[in-house]
Amino acid sequence: MSYQSLSLNSEPVEAGNDTLPHEETVARQARPLRFITCGSVDDGKSTLIGRLLWDTKAVKEDQAATLRRQSTGKQNDLGLPDFAMLLDGLQAEREQGITIDVAYRYFATARRSFIVADTPGHVQYTRNMATGASTADLAVLLVDARSGILEQTRRHATIAALMGIRQFVLAVNKIDLAQYDEAGFNAIARTFREIALSLGVCQITAIPVSALKGENIVLRGDDEMPWYSGPTLVEVLENATQRTGQTTGFRLPVQRVSRPGEGFRGYQGTVAGGSIKPGDSVVVLPSGVEANVKAIVTYDLVRNAAVHGDAITLVLDRPVDVARGDMIAAIDQRPLTGRAFTARLVALSADGIVPAKRYWLKAGTRRQRVLVRPTSTLDLATGNWDDSHVVPVNCIGVVELDFEELAIFDPYETNRDTGSFILIDPETLNTVAGGMIDGKRSKPGRFDTLPDADRATITLPARLLEAFLKTEFARAHAGEIRITGG
Amino acid sequence: MNVIEHGRGKPPLDPHLKALENEAIHIFREVAAEFERPVMLYSVGKDSSVLLHLALKAFHPGKLPFPLVHIDTGWKFPEMIAFRDAVVAKHGLELIAHTNPDGVRDQVSPFSHGSSRYTDIMKTRALKQALDIGRYDAAFGGARRDEEASRAKERIYSFRTPDHAWDPRNQRPELWSIYNGMIHAGESVRAFPLSNWTEVDIWRYIQAESIELVPLYFAQRRRIVERDDMMILAEDKRLELLPGEQVREEMIRFRTLGCFPLTGAVRSDAATLDDIIAELEIATVSERQGRAIDRDQSGSMEKKKREGYF
Ligand SMILES: Nc1nc2c(ncn2[C@@H]2O[C@H](COP(=O)(O)OP(=O)(O)O)[C@@H](O)[C@H]2O)c(=O)[nH]1
Repeated sequence: MSYQSLSLNSEPVEAGNDTLPHEETVARQARPLRFITCGSVDDGKSTLIGRLLWDTKAVKEDQAATLRRQSTGKQNDLGLPDFAMLLDGLQAEREQGITIDVAYRYFATARRSFIVADTPGHVQYTRNMATGASTADLAVLLVDARSGILEQTRRHATIAALMGIRQFVLAVNKIDLAQYDEAGFNAIARTFREIALSLGVCQITAIPVSALKGENIVLRGDDEMPWYSGPTLVEVLENATQRTGQTTGFRLPVQRVSRPGEGFRGYQGTVAGGSIKPGDSVVVLPSGVEANVKAIVTYDLVRNAAVHGDAITLVLDRPVDVARGDMIAAIDQRPLTGRAFTARLVALSADGIVPAKRYWLKAGTRRQRVLVRPTSTLDLATGNWDDSHVVPVNCIGVVELDFEELAIFDPYETNRDTGSFILIDPETLNTVAGGMIDGKRSKPGRFDTLPDADRATITLPARLLEAFLKTEFARAHAGEIRITGG
Repeated sequence: MNVIEHGRGKPPLDPHLKALENEAIHIFREVAAEFERPVMLYSVGKDSSVLLHLALKAFHPGKLPFPLVHIDTGWKFPEMIAFRDAVVAKHGLELIAHTNPDGVRDQVSPFSHGSSRYTDIMKTRALKQALDIGRYDAAFGGARRDEEASRAKERIYSFRTPDHAWDPRNQRPELWSIYNGMIHAGESVRAFPLSNWTEVDIWRYIQAESIELVPLYFAQRRRIVERDDMMILAEDKRLELLPGEQVREEMIRFRTLGCFPLTGAVRSDAATLDDIIAELEIATVSERQGRAIDRDQSGSMEKKKREGYF
């Protein structure tokens, strides 16, 4: 079969094109969904992404022509081009045949648009995955139907969960090479579900797919898999949920103060949580000064309200001292302020994170000096946290943060925007870590915890207790649960 | 919560465009706050027009806290220059137009020097000169990640060495929407607020926000000559016809605008924004196809970027 006749892009009479309802394609009712794909080498990740771009017509004819030229002799048995060539952007990587960084791809259906963070499955995968996952709302984890869940799958799932992703799709790929075997698929799906649940992720969809043949990706694979009645990959993506940032009160990290003339003073920033309207009472942190909102100014004149994600200019009803790096917050739902916090972080640079070193920490718009002290690192193979005083590159560690001036955070669990930070090396000025706030420390080495009455109680048999305490889930919720032996 | 926007009499943006707009405004404000001498590279094209509109929004009710730089090769479409001057006057902007004086002295043209050398001298080197003269430490550009494969890994803050080189292996990781704006003296960043926009997004935003564009984007009967599989506009006296070439009229428009001898037109009847968007939704050719510079060699964009091209 020729390449041309299979291509949905260049087919001369493609029924879909003429009948596309334009109204629908013009107004998209949702923000773009950001997701990440992870898999081991050769599981078919490039093929899967290429297939998504191809079947949603995000690949244009001239790009396909370049692709065809470059992949001469590398075409697969269906006559399709080598999709990996489409994705590999950088010359050096092309020469070495590897992908070593995060690349972003764009495609859209009539209902929604998508941004895929495409990250490599091998070298430096923790660093790259963490980068891609930081903005993602969903992770597509890829496995080969013939080999099932690997240790690597567990690692990817752990990192994705740690970075705050709460929706997983397991794409069981190359199902065509596994004789479209239903029982095999079900066994893989079951194993994966257990892993995901142990990581605190409850929204899990497993799909049998053939990226190469395009089955259950954009188009259904009913001919070969009549036993599968679940959604296609694209259907899951179209219906995935997005965080609304409403779990905390109003948060506005101040980016800059606008004073175009004597009469006007506005605080510019992007709403990082909650919502706001004129008349609401707010507190300026760290100073603690209180005021009321007088107006929300945008170029499109005055608005009656603003929500999470909106870039606004806020005018207060009285002259207060506000500078870049301050946070304007809801008066009755304040973020944590303090000088000592506990966080988890991913070390991104070759030197790792070393004990008792001072870094620059940037969170939102606030940049301050911080002393970082690692206490443990995560063993991705076992899920255990082991004591450690360094966090080597591509490792995840728990650290204590000590600030000279007040720091302002929400726990990452409740707000990704106000609970995340980066560390900057003061000499090289490189970004050396990405971190997530767990909570405040009142005394050295201790969490701020809820009173016992407010915690959920979990009773476990003694033989499970120790293993449970070492899990990601138990760590993340250490302050919220009370565990008793049964 | 139900958010009502009044004023300007236009319907609110759909959530998709609103999210892209919010992100771009955030980037503008962040760079303006963290860098000492920002500048915006303004190419007069559709992406630059969107970029400028977003900048005006980001700093409203204040004025832009930075100037615009236009690299004028001397071979731009005359309509672009007229449009540029009108926009600058309308918004009271500070515009610095820079042309490489060495290129002028040596009479470098796309005809006499070939597209690669011409681009290097009149665009890449001219840009470096302009950035050095202004000692800018941050330059906004309108590049999008969906434009070309080597751009897919570009950061929002693209880090450049003191000689403006881009090292794909030495870019800083970018997590969440926290950007690292710390640099040593002499280093700089290029900041790309439109990174996550696609071509269709640009057009839909132009329509939703009624952004003015150079008329060359809209189809009209124009005089063209066919050369190297490209339709070149035949209005400039400096275009000398080669043996066998003939000027003829065609209904055409341009999908990108640059130097007229290097920019190919496409046959099109799309005379309005609605037409263009409808055409795009079923388009099968990417917009860069009209650009001679990208076809010179495989991976040519990446090579140019390493050398300092935008
Ligand atoms: N039969 C079959 N082969 C596949 C499928 N998906 C990928 N492949 C092949 O598996 C190999 C590795 O795929 P690739 O996408 O490069 O894997 P990556 O390393 O994960 O990006 C290639 O030869 C693909 O053609 C599939 O669904 N079925």
